[in-house]
Amino acid sequence: MFRFIIRRLVITVPLVLVVISLTWGLIRLAPGNFYSSEKALPPAIEKNIREKYGLDKPWYVQYGRMIGNVLRGDFGLSLRYQGQSVNQILAQTLPVSATLGLLAYGLALVVGVAAGTLAAVKQNSRLDYISMALAMLGISVPNFVLGPILVLIFSLNLYWLPPSRWGGFPSWNLVLPVLTLSAVYMAYIARLTRAGMLEVLRSDYIRTARAKGLSERAVIFRHAMRGGLLPVVSFTGPALAFLISGTVVVERIFALPGLGNYFINASLNRDEPLIIGIVAFTSILIMLLNLAVDIAYGLIDPRIRY
Amino acid sequence: MSERSDERLTGIEDTVNGKPHLISPEEMVPDRAEAFGAQDEEAVAGVSLWRDAWRRLLRNKLAVFGLIVVILIALASLIGPPIIRWATGYTYDYIPRDPDLIRAFPPFTAPDGSFSWAHPMGTDTAGRDLLARVLIGGRISLLVGIISTLVSLLIGVAYGATAGYLGGRVDNVMMRIVDVLYALPYMMIVIVLLAVFGQRSPMGQLILLFIALGSVSWLTMARIVRGQVISLKNQEFILAARATGVSTPKIIFRHLVPNVLGPVIVYATLTVPSVMLQEAFLSFLGLGVQAPLSSWGSLVAEGIQNIAIFPWQMIFPGATMALTLFSLNFLGDGLRDALDPQMRKV
Repeated sequence: MFRFIIRRLVITVPLVLVVISLTWGLIRLAPGNFYSSEKALPPAIEKNIREKYGLDKPWYVQYGRMIGNVLRGDFGLSLRYQGQSVNQILAQTLPVSATLGLLAYGLALVVGVAAGTLAAVKQNSRLDYISMALAMLGISVPNFVLGPILVLIFSLNLYWLPPSRWGGFPSWNLVLPVLTLSAVYMAYIARLTRAGMLEVLRSDYIRTARAKGLSERAVIFRHAMRGGLLPVVSFTGPALAFLISGTVVVERIFALPGLGNYFINASLNRDEPLIIGIVAFTSILIMLLNLAVDIAYGLIDPRIRY
Repeated sequence: MSERSDERLTGIEDTVNGKPHLISPEEMVPDRAEAFGAQDEEAVAGVSLWRDAWRRLLRNKLAVFGLIVVILIALASLIGPPIIRWATGYTYDYIPRDPDLIRAFPPFTAPDGSFSWAHPMGTDTAGRDLLARVLIGGRISLLVGIISTLVSLLIGVAYGATAGYLGGRVDNVMMRIVDVLYALPYMMIVIVLLAVFGQRSPMGQLILLFIALGSVSWLTMARIVRGQVISLKNQEFILAARATGVSTPKIIFRHLVPNVLGPVIVYATLTVPSVMLQEAFLSFLGLGVQAPLSSWGSLVAEGIQNIAIFPWQMIFPGATMALTLFSLNFLGDGLRDALDPQMRKV
């Protein structure tokens, strides 16, 4: 187990470097430059800009400097947000995105597991059909459609909730973004829970638990859930990747100052240090969280050995 | 086991003699091994695995609903725009000459405010018929879904089959690469790719989109094909092929790949909606399909600008897209139940 963790941690470093190099290469291979989006510059000014940002050096020097920055954890200054370092921007935007993501995933977990378990216990009942139809709807309605519809209903017609902007935590501004973001995960988790629970509820050890006279509640919560929720745990990995694209859209719809929103702007502006900073940061985050999921999986399921 | 296969045989004989089917197909194919055994025997009896699957699919009401809706939407996108042009003179880039008409009309409303059939989905802010735009957008959305799925199919099947058949160290390295790619935030790389290379020509952006989406969605396909190939490669027909001196590429593509088609079709069907969703996501962010082309994602993004005043401009493209994804998902689930009974979650 310990060796497994070390091995995974060691492999993370080259992986993140590969991701960053790929991103850097893409930005550099593309025609144009970050200062070339507006009208053509006089050659003297262009030369000055290139000197200031070190673009006149050979590519390997620039690449080496970029990698050095990443290894030191200092991503330099943003090209567009004047006077702000990438680290400052990360520190400002991360709390927004993390709050959104954590609340959405927490909500999805609670509602999804509850709905999935109920549907499995009362299989083929009306409750089962309704919750599975809702889950299919949740998977099929894109979040950028769901979000505006919620805004239309709850903000623009009923005047119950604010339609956009960040209001800190906790605030009413969070309700609609979190609902929008969590719908898809809720649906996936409900389906996975139902499938997992149905399989487990049929197994011999559940029959044994029932036969020895345990209450139905103990059978479901203490015995069935432990095995039945394994697919949900392994879904956490892919969910993290989804969560990133999800937050991008939700931050866009609700005008929230999160990582995703800044990332899109940075990509369109070719704000290289900011792009590299956000990509590096999220890659490391995803890999560490994936490792945590794998460790949790091993702890829950004794059949798995590393 | 033997009792079951007897039942299966009687079931088949009944159909052959034209008598009603006594045993349901679900019981006929209790597990994978028998399903493949059944394939050989059925070839003799004349009921193919495919026809059996088709029958099972038709019994699933939701899957049939999905199939019909998908066909209808595809047909409407294909032949709808010319019909609208013929009937009303409106095309997706038709901006009316009359300046009074350059504004948004609600659904089923004539310029003077009375009821009219001219624009069932209303018009957009430039006075263009929204139905025509949604149908044209459907062409692009469906095209992206299908082409990117084909790309992922080609890469995924070739990669997975090679890894599974060769096995050993090659397999280990190839699948480790897939694991690594799974862990990457590939959507971020796609966003950077489209943002820095795109925005030149609409057609170029579309091709970039095909490549970007196709090249990230083959991972699951590769895993599924590999798993299937590993379970097949030790069977006698492969041994026979190897014994008669068939080359390795030929064994993979002529003997193994045709036998894993069932699960491959199922996952391809489920890949289409997920790729369409990703395309819409990118178009929504302004990185996907560029004007004058439109897709459902870019129409929704346009509609959101005016959501408070002209809500229909967002609702109709969004609802069309949701209905299509809903149907494709149901169809995919139905196909999985029909083609791969073992995968069914009871």
